[in-house]
Amino acid sequence: MREKTRIQLPLEPERYELAAAPPYHFDLARRDFFKFLGAGVLVVSVLKPAILAQESGGARRRGDSLPKEVDAWLHLGENGKVTVYTGKAEMGQNIRTSLSQAVAEELHVPIEKIELVMGDTQLTPFDMGTFGSRTTPTMNLQLRRVAAAARETLIGLAAAQWQTDRQHLTAADGKVTDPQNRRSVEYAALTKGQQLTQTVSEETPLAPAANWKVAGHSALKVDGHDFVTGRHRYPSDQKLPDMLYGKVLRPPAFGATLVSVDTQKAEQTGASVVHDGDFVGVAAASSEAAAAALAAIHAEWKSEPQPSSKELFDYLRKNTVEGKDPTGDGDRYDVGAMDQALSAADHHLQQTYTVSYIAHVPLEPRAALAKWDGDTLTVWTGTQRPFGVRGQLAEAFRIPEDRVRVLMPDTGSGYGGKHTGETAIEAARLARAAKRPVKVVWTREEEFTWAYFRPAGVIDVTSGVRGDGTITAWEFHNYNSGSAGIRTYYEIPNRRIVFHATNSPLRQGSYRALAATANHFARESHMDELAHAVKMDPLEFRLKNLKNERLRAVFEAAAKQFGWGKTKAAGQGFGMGGGYEKLGNIATFAEVKVDQKSGDVKVVRVVSAFECGAIVNPDGLRNQIEGSNVQGLGGALFEAIEFDNGKILNGRLSEYRVPRFSDLPVLETVLLDRKDIPSVGAGECPMIGLAPAIGNAIFDATGMRLRSLPMVPDGLKAS
Amino acid sequence: MAVIRLTINEKSYTVDTDPQASLLSVLRENLDLTGSKYGCGEGQCGACTVLIDGKAQRSCITRVGAVAQKQITTIEGLAVGEQLHPVQEAFLEAGAMQCGYCTSGMIMSAVALLKRNPQPKDSEIIAFMDGNVCRCGTYARIVGAIQKAAKVATASPAAKGAAR
Repeated sequence: MREKTRIQLPLEPERYELAAAPPYHFDLARRDFFKFLGAGVLVVSVLKPAILAQESGGARRRGDSLPKEVDAWLHLGENGKVTVYTGKAEMGQNIRTSLSQAVAEELHVPIEKIELVMGDTQLTPFDMGTFGSRTTPTMNLQLRRVAAAARETLIGLAAAQWQTDRQHLTAADGKVTDPQNRRSVEYAALTKGQQLTQTVSEETPLAPAANWKVAGHSALKVDGHDFVTGRHRYPSDQKLPDMLYGKVLRPPAFGATLVSVDTQKAEQTGASVVHDGDFVGVAAASSEAAAAALAAIHAEWKSEPQPSSKELFDYLRKNTVEGKDPTGDGDRYDVGAMDQALSAADHHLQQTYTVSYIAHVPLEPRAALAKWDGDTLTVWTGTQRPFGVRGQLAEAFRIPEDRVRVLMPDTGSGYGGKHTGETAIEAARLARAAKRPVKVVWTREEEFTWAYFRPAGVIDVTSGVRGDGTITAWEFHNYNSGSAGIRTYYEIPNRRIVFHATNSPLRQGSYRALAATANHFARESHMDELAHAVKMDPLEFRLKNLKNERLRAVFEAAAKQFGWGKTKAAGQGFGMGGGYEKLGNIATFAEVKVDQKSGDVKVVRVVSAFECGAIVNPDGLRNQIEGSNVQGLGGALFEAIEFDNGKILNGRLSEYRVPRFSDLPVLETVLLDRKDIPSVGAGECPMIGLAPAIGNAIFDATGMRLRSLPMVPDGLKAS
Repeated sequence: MAVIRLTINEKSYTVDTDPQASLLSVLRENLDLTGSKYGCGEGQCGACTVLIDGKAQRSCITRVGAVAQKQITTIEGLAVGEQLHPVQEAFLEAGAMQCGYCTSGMIMSAVALLKRNPQPKDSEIIAFMDGNVCRCGTYARIVGAIQKAAKVATASPAAKGAAR
């Protein structure tokens, strides 16, 4: 029972989500709202500490004396326009659409009438950041509440106008209707001349998922037209009059310090040149001119010897920092009597699994456009944490946060890779010197080198199992890769699970699904190995040790769709992996074809069954699951950062292989729609089952057990 | 620096630039045609794809001086007024994008493919499109969108005309 409670905890420790809370929260001056927004009805959602504590990062704030915070607001204008303000950011996960659906559902207006203002630190409420699959379980719910409260307010206004009982009135399609007296009034007519504020109450009734009319149904990307026409302006497309293009001089190795620099020739090109400590950068009228000025700088750097990717896994084991727990979440779970259970088991197994560093490679690299007006700074940048970047800018330039505005135009993806504000700071530093707006867009090589990576890791698993297939002992040590998804959902009475923090040789941080990919790879591969040790079918073996009904349901659904148990041809292999992460449940089954001569591994077919509570946008959800499986192919099969002595050795797209059209398997998705369970996010969990499913399928095809991600960077024979 | 005349989306432009500059930087910086995207700078991702005399080319590795006499089409020139090109329409309907950053290049490549091969098999689409990267992993949807656009073009001769 204790384990069950643990499994249902809302959050895994999120060590590598780079985030920080602001030190203060101030009351909002509500009278200022209408000055800015115009007359109408304003509905404000106040985030209670209890709700806040569930937000990742929020739980880490000190004490219980949290100020009340507003997390979203909605304005109904006199013209009937609905504007919703949220600090969440859009980078392809399609929340601009799913959140619009949530508002349309409860406000009873067509989705086209709704505009979302997102990720603008001046216009939207504070938000910790868009990560951890938190938008759907938190913001989607809050916006439904806000919209429902707005609808109830409008019904109240109509009742007052008609001097009738509100019980007789209904709201639909942007109107309040009085069916008995056959009259109706547009929302716009009700909001005219009003300056009404309303705070959301917990009692506002929400439509149950089973009755959803807009949510729960597929919706196309709300602003898709701007994307297929090239009209959408990403952060790197932003422009201002008199803007310059900036470039920054990069050291030859990580941690290098500047010994000397000669910028004279660069200055002679007419570029604005900045040398401030170890920061050297230029700004010029075009990116080509800026590149030429940068090339004219002569600099000498000093760097220290650093480890290489060849010795990575030894290095991680030898450089643990025990006792140092940066999150305070606890890194060790001890249940039962591990050592006795292990010695009493019929079979033992001890194996080591590793994962390499990989890069996010967001197709739009980091970009920022910065502009100073006196000592007030405005920056447009692609980040998952606009408020976090505002804090970094305030700190870097020693100015108060209220003089910094960060805007986040919908960006060209992130996958956890855009939490930090490097380009924002660089552009702002160059703009301050040039006294003109400056845009900095990182090159692909800069993005590969100066961003951060998904942590590499070593995982040791020791287990004991009875002859009948009951797992009795489970010891799991993760070095460095992280503790997301580290706890097992299998029913094992004796467990020791430990995360070991390590000094990472490379800068590392958030990545879609965090360490859940590594931990599930180790666990689900090991489960397969145990099944073979006791000569049981891998599905039967999992189900024997699994009580969690939701997880059993996805395994069973995926197995059915896949046709688990069918006969296979030579070179063909079937495998599975699955688990529980970010409140969602996934089971992934893979079919591989291994070319016996060339050693080429082709993933032929992937079947995923996923359950994340009540589904908000079925087609958007399928898109996320398909995307997780395609992106996940890279880390599973061939993506790995190679490095030596402080340098990245494969930091170009011609040297770092990412999944392409020709890698595409047949993708089949089974959605389990649990309308009785609150909706949760889906951007991360679907990824975690893929790597072990492929590894287990390769074993099924060849008898070779691959325990390192990526599994076949050079084909099967060479690995 | 040199004065270079360009024909883009059937309009004439004159730019004063280094002929060695990339077509992509001229489109984006000099002409404010930002629909073509930078992704890698070495012709490996296809985000910058434009049509040059009807063929898909990577504008990040195309020197602007080399395309002065050519017909250049960018994503901005594909729709006729508010009437989307069938490939644009198909991408929208198939939900063939997530962040959308690769979308311009995908659509331009797809238009070039359908010009050459109006009824491609899936395997032909995959082979032709393999130089375009979608990090969000929407490849299956893009293949579906291209098939959809091909069907529309066959069904309606008017739409075929739009496949310039």
